[in-house]
Amino acid sequence: MCLGVPGRIEEISENDDPLFVTGKVNFGGVLREVILAGIKDAKIGDWVIVHAGFALNKLNEEEASEVFDYLRQISEFGRIELEEADGISGCAEEVEID
Amino acid sequence: MKYVSEYRDKESALKYTGLIKKLVTREWSIMEVCGGQTHTIVKYGIDQLLPDSVTLIHGPGCPVCVTPIELIDQAISIAGLENVILCSFGDMLRVPGSCSDLLGVKASGGDVRMVYSPIDAIAIAAGNPEKEIVFFAVGFETTAPVTAAAVLQAEHLGLDNFSMLVSHVLVPPAIEVVLSGEDCAIQGFLAAGHVCTVMGYTEYEPIAEKYGVPIVVTGFEPLDILEGIHMCLKQLEEGRTDVENQYLRSVSREGNRTAIEIMRRVFEITDRKWRGIGRIPGSGLRLRERFARFDAGKKYEVSSHEVDEPEICISGEVLRGNKKPLECAAFGNVCTPEHPLGAPMVSAEGACAAYYRYRLARGK
Repeated sequence: MCLGVPGRIEEISENDDPLFVTGKVNFGGVLREVILAGIKDAKIGDWVIVHAGFALNKLNEEEASEVFDYLRQISEFGRIELEEADGISGCAEEVEID
Repeated sequence: MKYVSEYRDKESALKYTGLIKKLVTREWSIMEVCGGQTHTIVKYGIDQLLPDSVTLIHGPGCPVCVTPIELIDQAISIAGLENVILCSFGDMLRVPGSCSDLLGVKASGGDVRMVYSPIDAIAIAAGNPEKEIVFFAVGFETTAPVTAAAVLQAEHLGLDNFSMLVSHVLVPPAIEVVLSGEDCAIQGFLAAGHVCTVMGYTEYEPIAEKYGVPIVVTGFEPLDILEGIHMCLKQLEEGRTDVENQYLRSVSREGNRTAIEIMRRVFEITDRKWRGIGRIPGSGLRLRERFARFDAGKKYEVSSHEVDEPEICISGEVLRGNKKPLECAAFGNVCTPEHPLGAPMVSAEGACAAYYRYRLARGK
């Protein structure tokens, strides 16, 4: 229900009232009309998180990469031993908008 | 796809489970509030990757599941009226009322439509001026801004054939109900990332302090959830009870003020009954007086009466985190997604449906 899907703004339609500004957002190749009323200073190329046709917020690219920097760091110091486990198999392959 | 596939990487996930195993020294129970997170946890088997000493308890964060049966009956009555097109999200159409569901109304000739967004219902209203369009609005704070935007659009377009039956609910009062339960075993919380994308997390700070529990705002991908669990366990091991934010790429402490403003312009806070839990003060949203003409509850005087749930169904216990779906005698035999007894078996985010789909299929 609270599903949010990340997408990239491709087009913004002008409207005098910021409440009714919409845009075309690209979700992995699928374009959809999205309400941008909740996004201040929306620009083409911005990544937004979209729920039921409404952009909830811009995504912060710098923060998004932080978790991977952290994991890279701990790997380099060799503090973690990778373990085999069943449950997570197929994780990387299952890329879908669900 | 950017912001998705990288958070489902197996190696990164296993690094986190390794970190968690090194960290934990005793037994801990953590509740993930949101049904979307429950779905990810069960789908990817995250609970089975954790040490045995860490228990994940599934929370009440499925709006479809907690919509009161009386309101569903009311929606069913409205959908049966002549000249009405009733629209809602897909899950909502299959939730059992006391004797039918909305798809049952559709099967017997009613005009019931599944929409992706309340804005789609506005388009239907604009295109069918001779019909009455009613949107059955459910959802948490994540969904409230788009529902509010739909009302503002209806007003802007001067649509007098559009109204909505509002069943919006708010997360923090429900967390308090869970925490004040007599035998509450929950020691830490993962807060719902998209609710907090809108609202921020200042509301959770007094809760963490009052009940002495760490709360970590967490996203929805496997790696988000593992990082959120790790942050929560780290606080528990260190004896801290802070509100922390794992979902930094989407959530700020103050939330999205523009979206909150849109929501507040249209809605005000009210008491609300939660299915399986009961009445929670200040836990719902209703239309402000200024928008009363869009209130389907006022427009259509359909009666509703208190209804009892099927006795065998333990969905109330599941929603409060007291029991897991597999403890239910009806699970998987008389209660299945095709023939659900309780709402958590209907919604994709309901704990029972997630266990049915991913645990029964794997034989675990």
